[in-house]
Amino acid sequence: MADLSVRLAGLVLRNPFLLASGIWGESGDSLSGAWSAGAGGVITKSIGTAPRPGYPNPTVETYERWGLLNAMGLPNPGIDEYPREIEVARRAGAPVVGSVFAGDAAEFARLARRIAATGVVAVELNLSCPHAEGFGTEVGSEPEDVERIVRAVVAEVRLPVIAKITPNTSDPAGLAAAAEQGGAAAVSAINTLRALAIDVHLRRPVLSHGLGGLSGPAIKPVGLACVWQIFEAVSIPVVGIGGIRTGRDALEYVMAGARAVEIGTAVAFDGIGVFERLNRELSALLDEIGYARLEEAVGAAHTKL
Amino acid sequence: MRTIVRVTERVQETPSTVTLRFPYPPSAAPGQFVMVWIPGDDEIPMSLSYTQGVSKGITVKVMGETSRHVQAIEPGASLGIRGPYGNHFDVRARRVLVVGGGSGAAVLAPAAAEARTFGAELVVALGAIRADELLFRERFRSLGARVRVATDDGSEGHAGYVTAVAEDELARHRFDAVWTCGPEVMMRKVLAAAEAHGVPLFGSMERHMKCALGMCDACAFGSYHVCSDGPVFPADRLKATADFGRFHRDPSGRRVPF
Repeated sequence: MADLSVRLAGLVLRNPFLLASGIWGESGDSLSGAWSAGAGGVITKSIGTAPRPGYPNPTVETYERWGLLNAMGLPNPGIDEYPREIEVARRAGAPVVGSVFAGDAAEFARLARRIAATGVVAVELNLSCPHAEGFGTEVGSEPEDVERIVRAVVAEVRLPVIAKITPNTSDPAGLAAAAEQGGAAAVSAINTLRALAIDVHLRRPVLSHGLGGLSGPAIKPVGLACVWQIFEAVSIPVVGIGGIRTGRDALEYVMAGARAVEIGTAVAFDGIGVFERLNRELSALLDEIGYARLEEAVGAAHTKL
Repeated sequence: MRTIVRVTERVQETPSTVTLRFPYPPSAAPGQFVMVWIPGDDEIPMSLSYTQGVSKGITVKVMGETSRHVQAIEPGASLGIRGPYGNHFDVRARRVLVVGGGSGAAVLAPAAAEARTFGAELVVALGAIRADELLFRERFRSLGARVRVATDDGSEGHAGYVTAVAEDELARHRFDAVWTCGPEVMMRKVLAAAEAHGVPLFGSMERHMKCALGMCDACAFGSYHVCSDGPVFPADRLKATADFGRFHRDPSGRRVPF
């Protein structure tokens, strides 16, 4: 049995599979449920300054088993209310990463300080939600903005800061380099790809917000390319995200340069049992290839070009 | 993906509830729900009130703005439907006590109809605020069920809550199962009564929903999700969930008391 544990920015994770932000993340019971189901760690819903209901439904559109489009609109209970949910997950033993979103560097810093005080093991900055006015991609598309925000947060918290990078730009690796410059301990990539669904009978977009973000197997090759380029551009660890449904998908990300990966849409398609299966598949695949430890495979594909 | 359907029929069931029928071929089991998109407005989870054959149906009570819009829909209008989602009642029970409060009867009626096709004996305890709000009373009767009613204002049947009728039935007769849907405070009482008489209970739950795919966590109910672990929950799961009858979550995910 290969060793699946990974070190990531000072953390030690029992396996590389983190529950991605926005999935099972509004309640502490769900977070701890994902941990008991075999996740290596759990990332909260992105939390903002105030409670936010998100967009009206329809907020999702599904495409058989290859993709999922969503524009939830960053619903969250707000930073005053949310710590009780984190506490529930922490009591269950789950390493919780606190995700926050904000409109500028000062607000990011305030939120990061508050969520850091709840006992989370790291903070992930949502610099990449593709469908919320004034947040996410809108504040995370320029390297100088990313660097300034990360720097402001790093100055406020003693925990590892992970910058979640958008793929909806010409140079994701440049954004990752800016995050490293600002002091980020790691970067995670990718968030969803900006996308749209149209209903021809009704002659209108399906989602209430119109534009949304695409996730799922369809975006795996895009995520791999971003992780590949980011790995070459930075020396901090990379967390790979995008369309991972099997142990083999995860190993592809690891060989492209990821030290850990995040799992989101696969929970919708396969249920929370996907974590147990991913662990099993990855372990068997490493045994078959001849790796004793997952960490030996990080970036392995880069030697072949 | 959604299927755009045209409403074929609109039935005013009671002053506050309306049934919409529409052709939707996917097979569905009683207890399951669909996501109903009212184009230009919202998309809401609705348990199917008609599950057999192609012509499915939903029965909507005026609660908020969206349900008001749904009620205003006339035959010919378009709806977007996805699903059915979730689990269902086990309709092979032999002797069932059905306890419905208000619009809760909407999901219980198709379960009763299906159970009849397996030869079940049905007793229905139906509650509403007034006699004219008793939902699907004639439908239950036409299935051969013995129907007892309770009204808050005493305009018909037992004056008070339907839980008293359910308790009385449980004390007098033997049942294999209790199926219930209605206000959660009512379901809590029915659960306690069923448990006291050793009868397995299944209750259909409602929570705010967004994805209906077991992913977004909007319908978190303790360690369960109503969309993927429910909406029908056995008594032990309801009892193990501290939120049952006490808390729900608003669209932002805040846990708020009923």
